[in-house]
Amino acid sequence: MTENGSRIASPADLSARREQLIAEDVGIRRILVCSTGCLAIGAREVEAAFREGVAAADLQGEVQVVATGCHGLCAMAPVVVIEPNDVVYGRNRIKYVPDVIEQTVKSGEIIRRFCFGRDPEMAHLGDIPFYAHQTKAVLRNVGRVDPQQIDDAIQRGVYEAAGQVLTSMEPDEVVEEIIASGLRGRGGGGFPAGLKWKICKESPGSTTYLICNADEGDPGAFMDRALLEGDPHSVLEGMIIAAYALEAAKGFIYVRAEYPIAVEHIRIAIEQAHERGLLGPDILGSNFSLDIEVREGAGAFVCGEETAMIASLEGERGMARPKPPYPALRGYLGQPTIINNVETFANVPVIIGQGGVKFAESGTEGSKGTKIFALAGQVNNTGLVEVPMGATIREIVFDVGGGLPKKREFKAVQMGGPSGGCVPASYLDLPIDYDSLREVGAIMGSGGMIVMDETTCIVDIARYFISFCAEESCGLCAPCRFGTVRLKEILDRICGGRGTIDDLNDLERLAEVVQKTSLCGLGQTAPNPVLSTLRHFRDEYLAHVADRTCPAGVCTALLPEKEVATAAKEG
Amino acid sequence: MADLVKITVDGRQIEVPHGELVIRAAQDHGVYIPRFCWHPRMREVGMCRMCLVEIETPRGTILTTACTTTAAEGMVVHTASDTAKKAQEGILEFLLINHPLDCPVCDKGGECPLQDQTMAFGPGESRFVEEKRHYEKPIPISDLVFLDRERCILCARCTRFADEIAGDPLIEFKDRGNHTSVETFPDLPFSSYFSGNTVQICPVGALTASAYRFKARPWDLLVVESSCSHCTVGCRISVESSQNHVLRFNGVDNGATNQGWLSDKCRFGFEFIGSEQRLRTPLVKVEGEFREASWAEALDVVADRLGAIIEEQGGDAVGGIGGARSTNEDAYAFGKFMRTVVGSNHLDARLDDGLDARFLAAVSPRAKIADLDRAATILVWAPDLKEESGSLYLRVRHAVQERGAKLVVVHPRRTGLDDRATHKLTYRPGEGPALLGELAGGAGDYAKVLETLSLGPVVAVVGRTGLTEQPQLAEEVAAFALSLPDAKVLPFARRSNVFGALDMGVAPTLLPGRAAAGDSEATGHLEAVWGPIPTQAGRDTMGILQGLVDGDLKALVLLGADPVRDVPAAGIARRGMESAEFVVAIDLFLTDSSELADVVFPAEAFGEKEGTITNLEGRVQKVNRVVTGPGQSQADWTILDDISRRLGKPLGFASAEAISKEIADVAPPYGGISWELLEWDAKEGAVVPYGEAGQPVAYRPDGVDREALAAMSRNPESGAFALHLARTLYDDGVLMRNSLSLHALAPGGAVHLHPADAARLGVSEGSLVEVETVDASVRLPAVIDPSLATGVVYVPFNQPGIPSLGSDLSVVVAAGEEVSA
Repeated sequence: MTENGSRIASPADLSARREQLIAEDVGIRRILVCSTGCLAIGAREVEAAFREGVAAADLQGEVQVVATGCHGLCAMAPVVVIEPNDVVYGRNRIKYVPDVIEQTVKSGEIIRRFCFGRDPEMAHLGDIPFYAHQTKAVLRNVGRVDPQQIDDAIQRGVYEAAGQVLTSMEPDEVVEEIIASGLRGRGGGGFPAGLKWKICKESPGSTTYLICNADEGDPGAFMDRALLEGDPHSVLEGMIIAAYALEAAKGFIYVRAEYPIAVEHIRIAIEQAHERGLLGPDILGSNFSLDIEVREGAGAFVCGEETAMIASLEGERGMARPKPPYPALRGYLGQPTIINNVETFANVPVIIGQGGVKFAESGTEGSKGTKIFALAGQVNNTGLVEVPMGATIREIVFDVGGGLPKKREFKAVQMGGPSGGCVPASYLDLPIDYDSLREVGAIMGSGGMIVMDETTCIVDIARYFISFCAEESCGLCAPCRFGTVRLKEILDRICGGRGTIDDLNDLERLAEVVQKTSLCGLGQTAPNPVLSTLRHFRDEYLAHVADRTCPAGVCTALLPEKEVATAAKEG
Repeated sequence: MADLVKITVDGRQIEVPHGELVIRAAQDHGVYIPRFCWHPRMREVGMCRMCLVEIETPRGTILTTACTTTAAEGMVVHTASDTAKKAQEGILEFLLINHPLDCPVCDKGGECPLQDQTMAFGPGESRFVEEKRHYEKPIPISDLVFLDRERCILCARCTRFADEIAGDPLIEFKDRGNHTSVETFPDLPFSSYFSGNTVQICPVGALTASAYRFKARPWDLLVVESSCSHCTVGCRISVESSQNHVLRFNGVDNGATNQGWLSDKCRFGFEFIGSEQRLRTPLVKVEGEFREASWAEALDVVADRLGAIIEEQGGDAVGGIGGARSTNEDAYAFGKFMRTVVGSNHLDARLDDGLDARFLAAVSPRAKIADLDRAATILVWAPDLKEESGSLYLRVRHAVQERGAKLVVVHPRRTGLDDRATHKLTYRPGEGPALLGELAGGAGDYAKVLETLSLGPVVAVVGRTGLTEQPQLAEEVAAFALSLPDAKVLPFARRSNVFGALDMGVAPTLLPGRAAAGDSEATGHLEAVWGPIPTQAGRDTMGILQGLVDGDLKALVLLGADPVRDVPAAGIARRGMESAEFVVAIDLFLTDSSELADVVFPAEAFGEKEGTITNLEGRVQKVNRVVTGPGQSQADWTILDDISRRLGKPLGFASAEAISKEIADVAPPYGGISWELLEWDAKEGAVVPYGEAGQPVAYRPDGVDREALAAMSRNPESGAFALHLARTLYDDGVLMRNSLSLHALAPGGAVHLHPADAARLGVSEGSLVEVETVDASVRLPAVIDPSLATGVVYVPFNQPGIPSLGSDLSVVVAAGEEVSA
């Protein structure tokens, strides 16, 4: 029997430990309280109340209260899921906890007012369309485990894929498996991950470095955050497998300091993995060693760009460097370096678990597996969703997302953050993958989806995103440094009622120059929100410059005076 | 040589080395791709985006920066396609958004890459009407450089230079995006010894030099290429003047020497040329006072008094010091004057280095500066190169940092290269020989150092680390270095053309052409042209000065030498000159030494005369006349020729060029070197011995003898500290004293102590310390310097207002009484 907290010496040992943990938990029911995103609305207090309630009801032997990661349905925060039947209760408050324990935990009754849509038919997780339309593969453990307890992860089978890889596969086989899976980088670029690994392996160098990009900076995106907060061990497992495949002995997780919970959880996870022999020397008795170091970013968006991230890791100013050479050839300290995003690494154990070929069966022709999206904006079920590649925008926004509030009309969805674009209603049935989105002028990006209705001014949105890029430009290359600011100034003019038709042409030409001549991805993609909105919503721009009106009623300088007064009162 | 590949640039097929940057390959074949951030001597960063070109690839045509793309077989490049032009125009339009149009009052206007490239590649007009960015107009970022952030286009050439080349990362980008600007750190000026280079490489007028601001328009400047004479590297420079005034120096990229860089001393150390203090007429001392004299009158006085001494006491009663600040032609004239006209072997161009003349002139095998680029290991056992030879420092730094050469630095205190050194050995002055013995033995900790030094090829820069060090140590170090695999020695002495003067025979032990005095074949060869020369043993500088004190010598000829300031034993120098019956000085200024002369002739300075100089590797380069000398000043050789005629033994020189021909005749290593060669076919200079010629003396130090080394080691007297006396870049030398921008930068007198010694003496940073040697006693502020060994004090040499401490090793140090305010 493996002692709690002791080293796990082999994959067999790992399986035994897992069996033992499962056996220990037989007959235990769990109350899963989201203790990450929902903290903002009192989840900590709710969790404490449940613990007290369980103690008061003398149920400790059979009921456990577990602080988990995100359940996804952020619109109903704080969210609690009660096993064994996965009853989902939202909008929990301390004062309701005794009722829940008394009626639901003890007696199995459903309390209508906490259910999704106050509908008892939607009491269970599987009943709710938000969940029913999702495919949880990468997110399978998020919301199910206590991220601060490695035993929870082991019980759910995390590290088994790593064990399999370390003891029964050659590094090249692992790379081949990833190539076979068709996995593309989830950070936004969509470069085939396996191919990148292969290039890196073939690059000359004395050592190889592995970097996990957790500098998720897109406004409205929180996929990586949810993974690090809710299931850090799966990310570590993905990194272990990648490091083994690349024969790297050192890994970094570059995480933004604005994610304190993610930082805390990943640090705890690394510490616990070290204690169990799942990191450090001789992992699972395989002779393979890996150290992973957490580095916190200082808030620069550009540090999510891989060469700027490397500069930052090296202690330099976070500024991009020209590519080629790509980091896979010459990266951190001049050595071959693989940078993958959190979600990419989290996919790796899934691929090893089911096999690359099987993984490649899901998704579309060019984009395999699932994708996590952060659904935000004018949509009922804001939250974290995972769907297979090729799901349509309509499925995500209406089936999963439950449509727009107040029966407002869908206008567009902004995809891919500041590097992405706005996709109009005409593409609602577009199956989403890397390539289709690029065709309509948006990008997959890391997976932010911001839904907009008719009260959103599209010019104002473009201005918002270009302001973001102008603020976040590192200032290294001229096109991005100047171009973003000038784009913003032109949009300021248009929103301020001083625009002309010529400005639209200047916008397009300027955007094209910035796109083509900038040094790094930030500048090359910064004009996308402007170009995609100009392409799909030219009429609205024309209304601003020719008719001097803002159809959405957002740009106050273009509103009749009466409406300005009303807007001022409301705003 | 790298493999050649064929690439097509704008429809023309060219052959270039594989892996060459497209921007360089195209330029070498006559296609100029516009650029701002790319500099051929720095790492490429691809950030200004000006050099965007179209390149055809298997996946279609891409727009990419020519400065980050390397040439590969079959590559097709379009530098002026519609797309490329549109991109280049776009970038220029961006750069001009914030750049003020103050070209008419900008120093850079007329030689401005932004201006030029806008005219050549720009869009003609801008679509932007918004307000430009505003900053406080120029802010001083150091004593020598001003920064105008409005003009800056953020190419980072200056910040990269400071960090990557100079190793002084004192300027950096601040903020980001459109708010990015170049800044110094708070309370830390850009006090780099190399700051002036940033002014030269700035592609706009953002960085300007205080010495040149608003002085001239580039198109009014007369630009003549020459070589710098501040140290022995002989950096190639352009001397730029207007209306007979030298206004600035710029670095010229000579791959053999400076690669375009200059230290600030060299760049701004031209002000002395136009100084009001320059001598304009001959001066004759009458009853202790100088009075202006006519040329003929002064010559008469010299002929009378020097002639009388020679006649009555023989030429052996006359010594000659100088020649290191002259051209080879002047030094040759000086040597010939001393040996044939005066008839004396007491002549020396060395003032302070103390190193054996044969070692400096003829050590073999001798390294070239460019050998540093090929060395696997570099040993620097010499003065702090950052203080004494800026461009050599940059070259070593570059070899280590960019090429990964190993570096071993041996010095009594910290040096500018320590941060790049694989091994740094620190020792007490006097104990150098013992350290060398230990190192050569390779026991204990020295095993690793010796292991590093066993990686050949090795280049050893060998000189005297300080003025109290045993002069013979350098030869022992050279002997050790030459026992290393594939090793060469670069002998290091600092004073401008000292190597040229030694090659011209301005040393008691040398004849022109690196021949030993007393060598019968060389003497015969020389006498065939010169006539008879004296045979008695000659004295070196200290011997001459001591001889004057002792009364063995009666007269002294000074040629551009200031022993009172430059010889560490200043007391002997002064007493020697005061004891002399007659002193004639040829100089630019009245110096502490020429003040003591009886007759002073005004000489022409660097930039006012033509000739050649020879650097520390033996490279001969041409220096040129740019302006005319003030008043009645003359070239050294003319003055010496005039005196010789009055003394009845005319040297018979017609011109400096004629002298150069005579040198080529009498000095075999210089055979074949002519001014014409240096001006046309050998623009990077010609290395002596030139062509197939050998040199008569090939000085190869013997192997290391540990017992002899142990005997050479010295310790200070009991109770005394060991003194480390070394030069700083800026000091109180006569040229610095008359270059006002630089003179204020001398660090001033100070005594550096190890923290433990300071604690023992009860001395803290800045408190006054009594320092006493056999030569002088001074009170200096303390600097706590943990880079020293205990028991050692370091005092910078030749600082304004501070008397010289002499070259004795022992120094007594005590806490001074606090002077109440």
